[in-house]
Amino acid sequence: MNASIRKAAPAKPLLSLPRTLVTSESAWARRTRDVVPPLLVVLLLGLLWELVMSTPGATLPPPSKIWADARELITDPFFDNGGLDKGLFWHLAASLSRVAMGFALAAVVGVLTGLLIGTSPLAMRGLDPVFQVLRTVPPLAWLPLSLAAFQEAQPSAIFVIFITSVWPVIINTAVGVRNVPQDYRNVAAVIRLTGVSYFLRILLPAAAPFIFTGLRIGIGLSWLAIVAAEMLIGGVGIGFFIWDAWNSSNLSDIMVALAYVGLTGFVLDRAVALVGRLVTRGTSEG
Amino acid sequence: MNTPFLEISRLSVAFPRAPLPVLHDVELRIAAGEYVSVIGHSGCGKSTLLNVVAGLLPATLGGVLLEGQEVTNPGPDRAVVFQNHSLLPWLTAYENVRLAVDRTLAGMMGKAERHEWTLRNLDLVKMGHAKDKRPAEISGGMKQRVGIARALAMKPKVLLLDEPFGALDALTRAHLQDEVMRIHASLGTTVIMITHDVDEAVLLSDRIVMMTNGPNATIGEILEVDLPRPRDRLKLAHDHRFVEYRASVLEFLHARHAQPVP
Repeated sequence: MNASIRKAAPAKPLLSLPRTLVTSESAWARRTRDVVPPLLVVLLLGLLWELVMSTPGATLPPPSKIWADARELITDPFFDNGGLDKGLFWHLAASLSRVAMGFALAAVVGVLTGLLIGTSPLAMRGLDPVFQVLRTVPPLAWLPLSLAAFQEAQPSAIFVIFITSVWPVIINTAVGVRNVPQDYRNVAAVIRLTGVSYFLRILLPAAAPFIFTGLRIGIGLSWLAIVAAEMLIGGVGIGFFIWDAWNSSNLSDIMVALAYVGLTGFVLDRAVALVGRLVTRGTSEG
Repeated sequence: MNTPFLEISRLSVAFPRAPLPVLHDVELRIAAGEYVSVIGHSGCGKSTLLNVVAGLLPATLGGVLLEGQEVTNPGPDRAVVFQNHSLLPWLTAYENVRLAVDRTLAGMMGKAERHEWTLRNLDLVKMGHAKDKRPAEISGGMKQRVGIARALAMKPKVLLLDEPFGALDALTRAHLQDEVMRIHASLGTTVIMITHDVDEAVLLSDRIVMMTNGPNATIGEILEVDLPRPRDRLKLAHDHRFVEYRASVLEFLHARHAQPVP
């Protein structure tokens, strides 16, 4: 429908266009404006890459070689030949399920701890310096400790996800709780809103935008951590897929996997942002 | 004189680390149903005075008695309309009022009754049509109306207005002033209003409390506004008594207690 309207529009440029026609035109224009530049950039980068890597002595495969080598991987993410020989969908699904578990744990523990240190100055004084030190420890540095403690790969990977993504959730939640505007506190005082009702009706909604900022940072970190953790732990997962491809010198597979990892991380980030926008609808406006 | 309805007695308020108290020895008695305005330059402690009456701020010396009971905490018997409306942005207009009703009148009214009461108060400020809108979706004047509905719905003994129309444009302000006069006439609520607008003070008040400059501010003078109600802003504009009251407040603020040049 859009297409036929677009064709019609330039034919009678001097007539006053019906309102619907004008808005559908501008919606189309907006979409074009958002989609075309990144597509052009990708195309140009691909072309440049093809040119640079087609020279003799190039160390990385050009896109044309990747397409030739990894065609099955790109076009069919769902094949399953048993063992580790699976489509990328299955590797991503395994990684995502670990992230889901670790991140869910981090969200629950992070929000609760954040609420505690946001409301209690004593807990704040005691815990904040410890957190500030622990949050700078890189995810992979936790892995040996985690493996030693849990003795198994799966819980170790989940723990690494958890410990990586929990800090921004804690810190942002605490900041959100401490920044409940005095106006809302005054309202709560006048209508004698205390205890659980104060928590549910004032504190949680007021802190929600901060909490979602923390969750969004957290999900990004956890996706960074899972790929690294799986490289060392092995089994089905996108991280180990990359490591496995490296060991068999299959650079084309690695390139394809990297693209999948990036796109998945992007989708995760947007998904949390979307949930945040839906849940905190109205809370940040005055 | 027997026990007044609301008594502010030898009230001083000092903040920690400040060399001088904000308010010093404030003494005021207010009768039931009275409309009292407090006017003064910025920094004269008029908002501080209101916050002490509301119970949001403790008195350093002296105190406030409402019907003989000392005010120590905030409570719904002294409902506040805040300067910046202070509606909860995640609740609709109805939910903002309903939350206050549920918290303060649950012991006295059943659920259906509270629903009716919420709607009636929204209708009182002519916001019934926008009851399902969130604060971000309505204008500043409409937000302030909902704020007034929320305060009235608590059935307060005293309504405290903290520069309620300060953030509104002149036309909206005039409109809301008329609404507040109408509501005050029909409900007979006792009102204390903080303002910096001379016309507003004269138009709405039975008495105008004029504050000296802070720190160490106190009541400089109290002006009785003896104009018959209901008052009409158009007729009053040419009324010589209105003009005189207005002149004497202006004279207090700008001749005898002019704001020191910062």
